[in-house]
Formats: sequence, C-alpha cells, structure tokens
Amino acid sequence: MKHIVIIGNGISGVTAARHIRKLSDNQITIVSAETDYFFSRTALMYVYMGHMTFEHTQPYEKWFWEKNRIDLKKGYVKHIETKSKTLHFAEGDSLQYDKLIIATGSKPNKFGWPGQDLDGVMGMYHKQDLENLEKYAPNNKVCKRAVIVGGGLIGIELAEMLHSRHIPVTFLVRETSFWNGVLPEGESAMINREILRHGIDLRLGVNLKEIKADANGKVKSVVIPETGEEIECNVVGLTAGVSPNVDFIKESGIEIGRGVKVNPFLETNVPNVYAIGDCAEQHEGIDQRRPIEAVWYTGRMMGETVAQTICGNRIQYKPGHWFNSAKFMDIEYQTYGWVFAKPRDNEGHFHWKHEDDTKCITVCYDTTNNKFLGINTFGIRMRHEVFDRWLTEGRDVDHVMNHLPEANFDPEFFKHFEKDILFAYNKQLETV
Amino acid sequence: MSNKLNQSMSLADPNGISTKQKVATGLGVLGLFILVLAFLNIQLPNKAITLTVALGLISVGIVLYTHALYSGKSKGIKNDGIWFGSISSRGVLGWITGVILTSFYIVLYFYPQFLGLGKDGAANTGLISVFDPLSQLLSGRNASQWFVYGTLYTIAILAFGYKFIKKYRHNRYEQIRTGSVMFFQLAFAFLIPEFMYRMNSGLPYYDLKSVWPLNYYIFDEWSVKGFLSNGNIGLALIVFGIISIFVITPILTYKYGKRWYCSWVCGCGGLAETAGDSFRQLSSKKMSAWKLERWLIHTVLVFSVIMTTAMVYTYLGYDSNNFWLTKGLFIGLVIAFLTLVFVIIMYFKRNELGKDAKYGAIGYFVVIAALLAMHFTGSTDEVFLIKAGSLRSAYGFYIGSIFSGVIGTGFYPILGNRSWCRFGCPMAAILGFQQRMFSKFRITTNGGQCISCGNCSTHCEMGIDVRAYAQKGENIVRSSCVGCGVCSAVCPRGVLKLENGSMEGRINPTEILLGNDVNLMDLVNKK
Repeated sequence: MKHIVIIGNGISGVTAARHIRKLSDNQITIVSAETDYFFSRTALMYVYMGHMTFEHTQPYEKWFWEKNRIDLKKGYVKHIETKSKTLHFAEGDSLQYDKLIIATGSKPNKFGWPGQDLDGVMGMYHKQDLENLEKYAPNNKVCKRAVIVGGGLIGIELAEMLHSRHIPVTFLVRETSFWNGVLPEGESAMINREILRHGIDLRLGVNLKEIKADANGKVKSVVIPETGEEIECNVVGLTAGVSPNVDFIKESGIEIGRGVKVNPFLETNVPNVYAIGDCAEQHEGIDQRRPIEAVWYTGRMMGETVAQTICGNRIQYKPGHWFNSAKFMDIEYQTYGWVFAKPRDNEGHFHWKHEDDTKCITVCYDTTNNKFLGINTFGIRMRHEVFDRWLTEGRDVDHVMNHLPEANFDPEFFKHFEKDILFAYNKQLETV
Repeated sequence: MSNKLNQSMSLADPNGISTKQKVATGLGVLGLFILVLAFLNIQLPNKAITLTVALGLISVGIVLYTHALYSGKSKGIKNDGIWFGSISSRGVLGWITGVILTSFYIVLYFYPQFLGLGKDGAANTGLISVFDPLSQLLSGRNASQWFVYGTLYTIAILAFGYKFIKKYRHNRYEQIRTGSVMFFQLAFAFLIPEFMYRMNSGLPYYDLKSVWPLNYYIFDEWSVKGFLSNGNIGLALIVFGIISIFVITPILTYKYGKRWYCSWVCGCGGLAETAGDSFRQLSSKKMSAWKLERWLIHTVLVFSVIMTTAMVYTYLGYDSNNFWLTKGLFIGLVIAFLTLVFVIIMYFKRNELGKDAKYGAIGYFVVIAALLAMHFTGSTDEVFLIKAGSLRSAYGFYIGSIFSGVIGTGFYPILGNRSWCRFGCPMAAILGFQQRMFSKFRITTNGGQCISCGNCSTHCEMGIDVRAYAQKGENIVRSSCVGCGVCSAVCPRGVLKLENGSMEGRINPTEILLGNDVNLMDLVNKK
C-alpha cells in the first residue's frame, strides 16, 4: 500500500483521489491551505450573489471522505523535499509520501501595477477573495464604485456579482472588444452590448496606470493612462488572467517553467511526482491546445488520467475534442471543436445572430474540403455528445447545418432557430 | 397559506425594497387585514363588497409587487439575494410565517368554529360568513371552512403563479407548466365541483384531477353511496376515478414521467410551485434525508393501501346475489393485483433493483398478510384487531390533515415547499415508482459540461442532489423528481434537459466523462 499525497483540493486533485480510490487500496491524503473541503470554484460567484450558501458549493458531504478513506489535511506546503519524499508545512509539521500529485491550481495575475497590494484590491479566485469582497463590498453604501481590471471570464463574472448588489461597476478592458482574443468579432461585440445593457460602465481599449490610496492605505481611485482620467472607487478587482500557483516548488528540484513541467503522462522530471490541472505545463501543447490549460474540464480530465498511471496503467493525457462553456451575464456560451477569433489559413466562419441580440452562433469550417471544425453557440444550448460525434466522424459543414436540430439542447417548448440559421447559411452560400 | 402572501416574495434586493414594492406590500397587507377583521368577528359593511375588496387588494398587491420586482430587468435567472432574505433563508420572517401558517392550518382542520363556521345549520359568522356571497354565487349554498380555504388557495396559486411566470420570462417550459397548474386549480379544483353541486346537489365533492390515494376518501362508504345514488353521472364519476388510477395514470407517467401530474396538474404541487417557490431552496439535500424520504413515503403508501382496502371491505357483503363484488372477491382481486405488480417488477426489473427489492418485498408481504388476516380472523371489520373505521380516521388525521396540511404547507418556510410531496404523498410514491421503473422520462446530462456549481441541487425542491449525477455525466432518473424543470433553468452551463426518450440506456452511470481520451472512456466505462 502506497501513500499518495495530493497537494490541492480542487477539481483536479479531488478527481484524481476519487479515481485512485476506485482503482486501488492506497492511502490517500489531500492537502489544502484554502479550505477544509472541496468546493466548486466556479460557484463562488453565486455565494456572493445570494443564490447559494458556501456549503452548497461543496459537492460531497463530510461522510464521503471518511467512507472513501480520503484523508484531508489543512496546511500550507512550504517546501517539497523530493529526495526524502517529504512535504514541509508552513505550520512546522511534515508529511511523507510515496507518490505526489501537485494540483495547486492558479493564482490571479498582477503585473506590477502601483498600488496593486492595497486594501480593497483583490482577485476573484480563492475563497479568501470572496471573504475579502464581502468585507470591502458588502453593499453600495460601503462600496460606492468598483473598478474591474481585465476583460476575461473572471472579470465579467465579478462584474455580474457586484451588479447583483447594485454596486456601480467600471470595467476596464485592454482589448478593443470584450475577450476578442478568443471570440470572433460578432460574438464579442454582442457581449459588449450585453454588458452595457446591464448598466455596467464598460471601457474598451484602456489600461490601468495606477491604483491610488487614501490616508489609511485603502483604495481611493484608479488612473487610466490613455485619458488620464481618475476614477474614484472603493474596490479594485484584478482579473487579468491567472498563472500557475507554483512558487513554493522553486527550491525542490522539480522542473518549473511557467507551470510545473510535465510530459504527456503528466509526470514531472522527478520520479513519482506528477502535476495536473491549472498548474501543469506540457512541454508542447497537445493537439491545438495551449501548454497550460486553466479550465475546469481539463483539470478533471487530467485527474481521471493520472489516477490510471498511478495505479499501474500508465497512459498519456490525450483529451478528446475541445469543449468549454461560460456564462456572460444572462447569455450562456458553449463551444465544441475549434473556433478561433479570426479564421486561420483555409478556415471560414459562418456567423448568425438573432435580432434580439442575445443569441448567435459561429461555425468554423475548412474552406478546402468543407470539413466542420467547430462551433460557438450563445443563448442556444447544444448537445456535447452530438458535436463530439460529428467531429469524430469528420462531418462536413453542410451536414452539420442541415442536422442542427439534432444538436439542440434547449428545454422543451423553447423556440427553435435552426430554420433561420439554415436559411441564413444557404443564403450566404449563394452570395459567395 | 393566505398569511404569507406578501412577505414570501423573495426579498431579492439585499438593499431593501423599493417604494413601489412597499406600496404593493401595503395593499396586500391591507387586504389581509380586512380578512383578519372579519376573523375577529367585527361587523363589516356589505359582505360581498368586503370580500371583493379584500381579495382584490391581496391580488393587486402581489401583481404590483411582481412588476416592481421584475419589470425593467433582463430575462434570466432571478435568484439574487434569496439567501440573504429573512423570509427565504429561515430567518425571523421565515419562522414567523411558518408559525402563522401552521396555526392557520390547525384552526382550519380542527377548530373551524374559530373561523366562524355555523354549527348544525346555524348561520356562519366571522371570516367564513364573508365568503357566503361568493359561495352562494357559485353553488347556491353558504360557505364552509373548506370553501374559504379553497378560495384563498386558488387566489394564492393564481397570483403567485403570475409572479412565477414573470420570474421565468426566459423559460417557456416554466411558463406553460405554471399556466397549466393555474388552470387546473381554478377550473377543476375550485369551479367545477361547485357547479357540479349546483347541478346535482347529491354528488359528493369531486375534484376530477385528484386521484386515489391522494384523494383517499373517494372509496369511503358515504362517498361511494353518494355517487351510486345519483344515477349514471355518479356511476360515470366513480368509474372515471378507477380508470384514473389503473389506466390514465400509468400511460401518462410512462410517456412523460410523473411531472404530468405533480407539476402540471396537482393542486398540492400547484401551491408548492407558485406560493412555495420562494422556499424551494430550503429542502435538505443530505443523503440521510433521502433515506428518510424513501422509508416514510412508502410507509404512507402501504398504510393507504391497507386503510382503503379495509374501508371498502367493511361495507361489502358476503352474498354475491346482493352485489357482485363481495368481501371475498374484493380481497382476492386486491391480492391478485398486488401479486401481479410484484411479479412483473421482479421479472422485468430484477437487474435494476438490488437492495431496494427487499424493501419492496417486505412492503408487499405486509400488505398481503394484513389483508389475509383481516379476511380470515372472522371479525368483519378489523385488521389486527383495529377497526377499519379507526384506521380510516387515523389516516385522515395523521396523513390527510397533519402531514399534508399542517406540516406540508405550514412548514414551507422551514422544510421547503415540497415536504409533503417528498416525504408523505402516497400518490407521488406510486407515480415515482412508475417513473423509476417504467417511464421514458429522464433529465439528460450534457456530456462533460457540468462544473459542479450546485445551483441545480440547491434549487431542487425535492431535495435531489442533481449535481451528484450531472458531475458524473449521468442522467437523473429518480422516483421523486416532479419535473419542475428548475434545475435545468438555473444551470449556468446548459447541462440539464428534461426529456422523454427511449427506455434503452436511460440509466447510464459513467466514471470518465465525455471529452477525455476515447480509449480511456471505453476502458473505464465499459468494464
């Protein structure tokens, strides 16, 4: 019986633990400095918004961990001593392992902005960030305005959170349109309008120069370099992306790039040490994926995979077709396959948008052979299983457009738009 | 029920309520206050006008409040702040509302004289008398406590149904379903029985949509005699009651799941879905609650089967010359039917049952043993030395009144809005059994898209841990699911969809979710 220690109780680490338990009788310990129990990070926003309590974000009841003999240890790992296979904790104690899985996730980026460590400046990633936000932005009397810096998925969620408590929000986005490094132009523009419709002060194409403090070291205002404008605020949310949370590993001899370097088997350069989830960095991206994938789903898949390897069935991390999802204020987003912001060589995009400005799709295909490459869908739910199958079968874009009703996943009695979409698609073909 | 009208609209705005909302609340409270004055037996002017004004103010208050709350806001999920509102998170307002509601039910069921019910033909006074003009208008007789209750109940479903439809502006499933419960309450539960009385005053009250065993009194002696003494229409009604149980219910449940009844037609469900919507998040999602639920609801079912059989048994005769259905034949038919169901399950579903089969078998044998004991102990109307009449009154008291009314609705703000449906309703037990075993209904999980956020579980009024299935990529096939569709509505990632499809592959446990290595999925999932 081996002792498997997992640092990090997020989706990656917990998935690995669950699968190791299914496959083996090994001793399992999960270490976390953040919380006692696994919770869904993506659900933190709903706690602040009052849709759920924090307990609701925990997918497993307490008995689950005992029943499955998964030990939980609260502690901050300060140093990993790989030679003696020992973890040293900031609290002073230590823990021996036979195999180690590093699943420490990410931390919010800070780019050296003046004032970035003031009181009232925070990311929105850890449970502690939520507590901080509750402290500095409980309502619109304590927090008269909040400024969010960085236009990505967490930024828009933070905007929605603050908006739910009627706190005025100024949203600084460096790009000329929201998330347009990922979303094609039409979609990105629609989300811009969705943000504005919610009364959020969206500023496109602007940066942050500095955060100014009041006499007590608390946030007072931010300054925008482009216009020199100073915006008074009580809270600043830094949501300019995340990076692997690996600082504590630096002295351990485990190879680090931006994240923990791993091979396709999720193994690090040190035997019996593995890394999964947001903190893992592939030497080269798999398929068209990035070397670091900071996504819920990929964390879970790496957890499923590494459990096999640890339990004697050594396999590579070979994720299937790319998929992802998000929600932008009231508009749900799903993506299957690859749709890049700008069509690459030999790629074409078909874009359809509903007149109500809350639904649209973009289909990407290969212009040389008409092969379907991927779809982004906004405001219309679609079936993962169907698109996964079409991608595997290598269907062409005509097939996909003609069979779109098969992929619809909206609730019963919802209005369907496949006919409109197909009509627009055929019309586009005529004009080309 | 009526007392929570204005507080229960989830205080979605953590910064307090707007002026419009305050005015609306004031109007509603004023309407309630008039009813309280009537309750206190204070002489009010013209009863018809008083009642119209009171009910009008309550309804208008709710409608205006709804507009203040939702109009001008975008379509989408409107759950902001429900865990901060005192009423919707077991705060002080929640407990106060619970106590008031519970007291109301106790008075309603056991002390109707406090509401002003005139005894032995005496004229009504107090609250009930205010409802006399409306009752006279509909059925030509004076009001009873049940008429008062039915009226307030219907107004609650209509007014809060309107609120629910506004809250779910983006979701046509929710809107159509709510329109359906509003219609069935108004027409079937409220108006039609009153009109039926007007046309044929000998007929017992019969809400056509209420099916045995929810409608546990339909086969009581007085009820059956009432139907049979009223010619063909009475006979047709009782035949319809039997067809409802044995034909209509199984077919609809097979095609659509139990939701066709529980969240589209049923009055208890109707109140829970509308007036109770603000409390759906309070249901317990613990495994222990699920265990309790399974024991409790099936015990109630067994109790209702024995009770009904015993009741019918008492008024049947021994001699087939008098009436073709004798005591012996009746017991034989019941045993034959139960055995048939038992054999069919054991034969076709043996692979799905496992441990639960034992409990099912125990329940089955308890019923059969009780029936045989009843028949052969020689005493004509006793089961285990308990009089069938006592059994019937115990059922009516503990299940019909205490469980479904006092606890089921009175405890909305504490236990959530479906505790009766979940823990007690024998009809839900039968439909749930059919749904789990023989139905095309399921909630489909969308591949690997779940992010385990927990909105689905939190807002499940039946306390199903929906997330536990969704995060495994597994369809939800549960007896207790009433198909309200809210899990699907609140899911931020479009993971859940209520569907009727093929029975094949309906239950699909998975370990590795869609999106990962296909070989790994094959290896683990098909082991």
